[in-house]
Amino acid sequence: MKYSIVKKPLAVLAACLLAVVANAEEKIKGEEVAVLTDAPEVPPPITRKYPTKVIVNLETKEVKMRLADGVDYTFWTFGGKVPGKFIRIREGDHVQFHLHNHPSSKLPHNIDLHAVTGQGGGAEGSFTAPGHSSTFNFKALNPGLYVYHCATAPVGMHIANGMYGLILVEPKEGLPKVDREFYVMQSEFYTKGKYGAAGLQPFSMTKAVEEKPDYVVFNGNVGALVGDKAMKAKTGETVRLFVGNGGPNLVSSFHVIGEIFDKVYVEGGKLVNENVQTTLIPAGGSAIVDFKLQTTGTFILVDHSIFRAFNKGALGMIKVEGDADKEVYSGKTEDGIYLPEGGVIQEVGDGAPKLIPAKTIEESIVRGKRIFESSCFACHQANGQGVPGAFPPLAKSDFLNNNKDKAISAVVHGLEGKITVNGKEYNSIMPAQVLSDEEAANVLNYVYSAWGNSKKKVTPEEVKAIRASGKK
Amino acid sequence: MKHLKKSACKVILILGMLMSLPGWGADMILIPAGSFRMPALLDKTVHKVSAFYIDRNPVTNAEYLEFVKTHPEWRKSKVKKIFSDNNYLEYWQEDLNFGEASMASSPVVRISWYAARAYCDSLGKRLASIDEWEYVGLVPYKDKKDLKSVILEWYGKSAEWPLPAVRSGASNNDGVYDMHGLIWEWVEDFNSSMVTGESRADVALDRNLFCGGGAASAADPADYAAFMRYAFRSSLQAKYTVRNLGFRCVKNKE
Repeated sequence: MKYSIVKKPLAVLAACLLAVVANAEEKIKGEEVAVLTDAPEVPPPITRKYPTKVIVNLETKEVKMRLADGVDYTFWTFGGKVPGKFIRIREGDHVQFHLHNHPSSKLPHNIDLHAVTGQGGGAEGSFTAPGHSSTFNFKALNPGLYVYHCATAPVGMHIANGMYGLILVEPKEGLPKVDREFYVMQSEFYTKGKYGAAGLQPFSMTKAVEEKPDYVVFNGNVGALVGDKAMKAKTGETVRLFVGNGGPNLVSSFHVIGEIFDKVYVEGGKLVNENVQTTLIPAGGSAIVDFKLQTTGTFILVDHSIFRAFNKGALGMIKVEGDADKEVYSGKTEDGIYLPEGGVIQEVGDGAPKLIPAKTIEESIVRGKRIFESSCFACHQANGQGVPGAFPPLAKSDFLNNNKDKAISAVVHGLEGKITVNGKEYNSIMPAQVLSDEEAANVLNYVYSAWGNSKKKVTPEEVKAIRASGKK
Repeated sequence: MKHLKKSACKVILILGMLMSLPGWGADMILIPAGSFRMPALLDKTVHKVSAFYIDRNPVTNAEYLEFVKTHPEWRKSKVKKIFSDNNYLEYWQEDLNFGEASMASSPVVRISWYAARAYCDSLGKRLASIDEWEYVGLVPYKDKKDLKSVILEWYGKSAEWPLPAVRSGASNNDGVYDMHGLIWEWVEDFNSSMVTGESRADVALDRNLFCGGGAASAADPADYAAFMRYAFRSSLQAKYTVRNLGFRCVKNKE
């Protein structure tokens, strides 16, 4: 009894201690200066197991840069580039944020970080005149991938001119390890001129209000992730894309052609979806996508609102080198001739009205031309030149001109195996043509009359005789 | 007789000084009285302005040089910290040397509000109020160019340095140059222009205390060029010296 009484307080005490430990706020240890990167680079994963004080220094700057070949634009930037610098911190970190507005700026700027809980996401505390710096502090409460952007009036214009980026708040346990991480951000630009109009292009508020961009791009300009600037990886590696959408207006239907996202952190939050083909990324939102590279190729990033990809610039590349896995994807294994059954002319049947036979060679040739254009043109081509190495020519054809019976036989019985035409060997298949005696005669009269051939005359009776006597 | 002679000499000397200094105190435009609606104001009220004189162009480096010659307390090396931040006349090479001769006609910038005020005061003038400045700012240009385009073209260009000379562009219909497209300008009551850092909450500002501007309630939401000016003014403090910020003076019509 006494022993039992003694035991209970200990149990209660233990439970209380556990509760206290479980709920205790992690203490801030030390301080570090944040490593910031330009897209598509990402700062390295955070390895510490505790929150710290992180010092972020970010500069706003107005710079003229290339938007597309031959097209310049005055971008307003965080860190001199579009998108702005990638910021990586950890859940629980205390951040001391310094926003520096370059002296050459014409405008004040500030920053609204969607990762911040507080007035304006930091906009209120970071409103900064040209040539000045502002400092504010926040605590990173929620893990996730967040957009940041300028929120100075007029807000839409500051965003439309390039002022956005991503900040990642890693969960306490970190993200699962992958081999490569990349930073991709989609956005639109609204220029006075049309897509491709050369020179320094000013911003068009009219188009912005109407939500009709001239450019939709990844990483701030057309071709930022293409060719030599493509993201690179190897087969077998796992890749993670941190993808943001700066908007200012459009939602992105983000897709990588030829890949399936093994994991999608939906809208950059905690919810994970699997085996996803295309994911929606809201304007001012994000997504994290993970996938494994099983085989080689150049995988194309697009906004699958597909005219944006091919007509407005929303195109990027991941070039994957290494050993191709032919079982995963073989590439084309064969390119053969497709022979639909019965050839191209289908006999209607006994009910079809009988054509009146041609009375003259000229009439026969005219009818024959029509048949040629529907039955023979595809292989022998418009002027009877054929396809080198595949289909023999009819123009000046020695095979054709040397033996009328063989020509008739090829039409009504078909032809296969090796033949030599004008000194060249062909080994292909000509199917028997479903033509009446009259029609066969007409088409052969057309061919014999054209392209320098011998103008031999073929009659329906001759065709009938060859048909009855078998292959020549 | 002797006393009278002394006074006469002094008067002659002063007049001589005035006449021999090109631009000093000269060349102002009379702006007639009128009323207008502020483009980016919350309450959409009509603002009345009395007749006043305004400098035809912003104050130049050459003009400011003359000022600091006779007012040494406003020289680069002597200015008091309470009246200016560390970048006061930052691009001037010495107290009495603004650098390249070609900058003589460029607008003087890197000037605090206190310094601008002192300059105007020394000439018996003052800084314009926001109302006065915006009133003149609304006057169309002589070359028929749309005001908004002029302003936005400037926003769309990278910062240029050295700044072009004053009067390089067209004047407005009153004959006033460079209201837009060259520099920002100090006004007397710059700090009543309340576009806050959190511009999206500005509609909640106390209307009795401030002339607040906010996109949701502005008289002309499309005049976003004006919002830029308001946002810029709101980012300032009186001792700030900004590279694209200069000034001109006005005077009451007596």
